Amino acid sequence: MRMGMMASALALAWMATVSNAMAAKATPSAPPGPRVEIQNFAFMPKTLTVPAGSKVVWTNLDEEPHIVTSAGGGFANSPGLDTNDSYSFTFSKPGTYAYYCSIHPMMMGTIVVQ
Amino acid sequence: MDHTSNDNESPEGRRGFLKCMAMAGAGTLWLMKGGVLQAHGLADGNAGIAAPDATFSFVQVSDSHIGFHKEPNMDVAGSFRDCLARATHQRSRPDFILHTGDLTHLSRPEEFDTVAQLVRDSGAPHTLYVPGEHDVIGDNGAEFFKRFGEKQADGGWYSFDHRGVHFVGLINVLNLKAGGLGFLGPDQLAWLKKDLAPLSASTPLVVFAHMPLWNLYESWGWGTDDSAEAMTYLKRFGSVTVLNGHVHQVQQKVEGTVTFHTARSTAYPQPAPGVGPGPGPLKDIVAGSLKHYLGVREVRHVRGAQALAVAEEALA
Repeated sequence: MRMGMMASALALAWMATVSNAMAAKATPSAPPGPRVEIQNFAFMPKTLTVPAGSKVVWTNLDEEPHIVTSAGGGFANSPGLDTNDSYSFTFSKPGTYAYYCSIHPMMMGTIVVQ
Repeated sequence: MDHTSNDNESPEGRRGFLKCMAMAGAGTLWLMKGGVLQAHGLADGNAGIAAPDATFSFVQVSDSHIGFHKEPNMDVAGSFRDCLARATHQRSRPDFILHTGDLTHLSRPEEFDTVAQLVRDSGAPHTLYVPGEHDVIGDNGAEFFKRFGEKQADGGWYSFDHRGVHFVGLINVLNLKAGGLGFLGPDQLAWLKKDLAPLSASTPLVVFAHMPLWNLYESWGWGTDDSAEAMTYLKRFGSVTVLNGHVHQVQQKVEGTVTFHTARSTAYPQPAPGVGPGPGPLKDIVAGSLKHYLGVREVRHVRGAQALAVAEEALA
């Protein structure tokens, strides 16, 4: 959970930065990072394509906890994500990373790193 | 869940039973004979039910989700306490309680502490547990098994005999495969086959696990990938009752001599299969009606009839 909460705090800080950036129009706003939202027992988008080196952020919007789990061990699994918890992973190597929720395994997603 | 009674047996036990149920209001008594379920509405007091020769009863509780603190239930500890009180004070004095998983919401130590404390404080009889997927988050159930496991086998599954009935607790929430449902696994199936082998086909069986052991609604994950294999070991028995949780509502199915039941949650209801976008908490319920959706289940064993009467009891 600690990682999830840290990730949440980071996401909040990031959001604060973005809104500050938007408020102060002179500052170029940071491009939104690649995000996956978890809602209604689904990863959205189901397939996300990102350039190598991208940090992908998952945020759980369900009341149910979820766990982002690599199907092939290609990246580190998240801890249990409670409502509004986030988890991030930076994908440095190109490839196709299938993942699922280890407690609701019908939930599947893919990160394509180019 | 009210049903019409058409049973014609002795009324003696039914009166006692109705007394118990009066506190609860709505409820359903299920009487199973040779794999066929008979449902009895508890409001129609004329027909009798063969309960006087019940040798024992036990209660199922499920999905207490301690740690959940959102709508529609901000006090899941309170509703679990109510259910335990109801279970413990049944007139028939249940011999034990089965908790069919999701004790906690997030597998946190303090949530497990609360569960243990509530069960202890309720004065409940011996309570046995199987984990839900919410109890194995992050540690594959290490904390759960340390506190609530029966420690018969490495995998956590177990069996016991109680007054002529063979009970089997299975684990189907670990090692879940991407795209799959609940999972028993080859080791557990091999153990189950061996465990059942010496039993005569006339031994009544009660098999319990968290996720449904029948494919109730696959697109919401309400089923178990390899339950069909387990069923091949169960089908030679004359009376098999399968008790599950997970779906937070009562669902039943009869398949030969095997009758499947899922239980209500003591915490919050979930939608009927396929109703709405997903199987999250059902929040859109009439204010004040939550307790109609929560409940406990009492099961009585009737000597000689090889039948189990399963009663649903809502909290209100």
